[in-house]
Amino acid sequence: MSVPILNASGCLDALAAPDVARALDAFVTKTITPEPREGNPPVRIAETEHGMLNSIGLQGPGIHAFVASHLPRLRALGVDLWVSVGGFAASDFTRCCELLDDEEAVSTIELNLSCPNVEEAPETSAELVAAARAATKKPLYAKLSPAQWDVASGARAVVEAGADGLSLVNTIRGLALDPVTLRPRLARALGGYSGEALRPIALACVYACAGAVDVPIVGMGGVSTGLQALELVAAGATAVALGTILFSDPFAPTRVREELRAEAAARGFDNPLDAWSTAVVGSEKYLQIGFNGTA
Amino acid sequence: MRRERLTVRANEAVGPYALLRLARGGLDTGTPGQFFMLEAPGRPLPRPFSLCTAPTGELGFLVEALGPGTTAIAALGVGDEIHVTGPLGRGFDLEVARPVLVGGGIGVAPFPFLSERLGAPPAILGFRTAFHAEAAALVPNATVVLDPVLVTEALPSEPSDVLACGPEPMLDALARLVPGAQLAREAPMACGYGACYGCVIEWNGRYARLCLEGPVVRGGTHGSPTGPLLPVSGTHDRTWAPAGQSPAPPAKASATDNAVKTRESA
Repeated sequence: MSVPILNASGCLDALAAPDVARALDAFVTKTITPEPREGNPPVRIAETEHGMLNSIGLQGPGIHAFVASHLPRLRALGVDLWVSVGGFAASDFTRCCELLDDEEAVSTIELNLSCPNVEEAPETSAELVAAARAATKKPLYAKLSPAQWDVASGARAVVEAGADGLSLVNTIRGLALDPVTLRPRLARALGGYSGEALRPIALACVYACAGAVDVPIVGMGGVSTGLQALELVAAGATAVALGTILFSDPFAPTRVREELRAEAAARGFDNPLDAWSTAVVGSEKYLQIGFNGTA
Repeated sequence: MRRERLTVRANEAVGPYALLRLARGGLDTGTPGQFFMLEAPGRPLPRPFSLCTAPTGELGFLVEALGPGTTAIAALGVGDEIHVTGPLGRGFDLEVARPVLVGGGIGVAPFPFLSERLGAPPAILGFRTAFHAEAAALVPNATVVLDPVLVTEALPSEPSDVLACGPEPMLDALARLVPGAQLAREAPMACGYGACYGCVIEWNGRYARLCLEGPVVRGGTHGSPTGPLLPVSGTHDRTWAPAGQSPAPPAKASATDNAVKTRESA
């Protein structure tokens, strides 16, 4: 097995683009909430020089319609299926995970603990993970925000609460203004910032968490090439997800996978996974001083 | 879905617009009103354009340089290459008895190809200035009106099948005046194939992705429960929204520049 290539949640509709989904090693759904949601009013996206903002607001059918209507068609695609779930309280995560626990088609549940475009749950991330953990035996990945000074501590907390893996990172909150009116370009003003500019931030979060916890990490944030994917692996990711690049290049999964193999081979790695944590080895002291907040 | 790297064969000025002519490669023209995502050199996201002209071996796109993306595309030169994905979305329903094309400004873009497929029906085109109106030369059998005259003032009195593309206020006015008019709408769009959920429009009080449900939709009054927008053709699965669920109409988007129809995502 090489480095699995996934999509970042919310960056692909497998039912609208099944061929793109089939090119992935696993498809991650858009975040599903307990109730149906219309999402935020448009304008919802704004391109910037080095990325884009989105404020979709978790538009979706709700967990019951998802299980009844979407899941059978997603299963028919024959792709390993991860379901992203979100909510506004621990009970929301419980409800979604209980329902998904019975679904054989779902291999993994990703917990969206960090959507920048909706209200936050009052509980801590660890409490939300604990609620989900009690509701399902399926593997749980906690998706964390890069907007925290000590992401490694956050990673430790969710792993202690029962997370089997980490998804790093979600978008980071940003704002773009219309150059003429100086008013926000998004209807809800603030949005989640993704794309190229997020990449060093994602790399730092993966690096910090790989040194802090011993669980698999799906690295994501601004990856558009195989070399960038390899860098995330070197920082400690065991899988890589593609987000914003899918919008401009629906064929990125196959391209990035091939580039990743070639870039790894060019550095003497038969398998890209052999480059895992190359950047982390020997840097424990730096990790403690730089990222754990314990210096 | 197909994506290819296409070479610029020509970039011709048409009034203030650029007619970008690309070697077609293996891409299909699709139906008039469908769109393609064109790579905007140096920008993170591609931009949506309806196909303007379709001579043998070519795809032609009419570009108005308004923002950084369209400016980069309008500046492409002969021999330059860009990635193009498409055709995407749903185009015009061509099974119409008495077609009349109604367009405003850069909204004229899909009409040369559409006119060709419909056998040069009458067209009513509105522009800001005589310079912009030079684009009317691309559309046979066209009547041109200039600001402040509105295209709605030049509509034929006899019943007709309106196929329209232009600024939102023009499309909204046509939707009120001509029930069932086919309206090519526009919204900021990151992907063009249903992935990003960025391009939603109000649809029976819900948000629907314009790239999948449109860009050509039937009016109805935009967003009104009493004047539903209906799919022009096909049976696209909309079961992502729960059957029987009819939430309150979404709040109106806040201030952004909808006054001028652009081909630029924001």
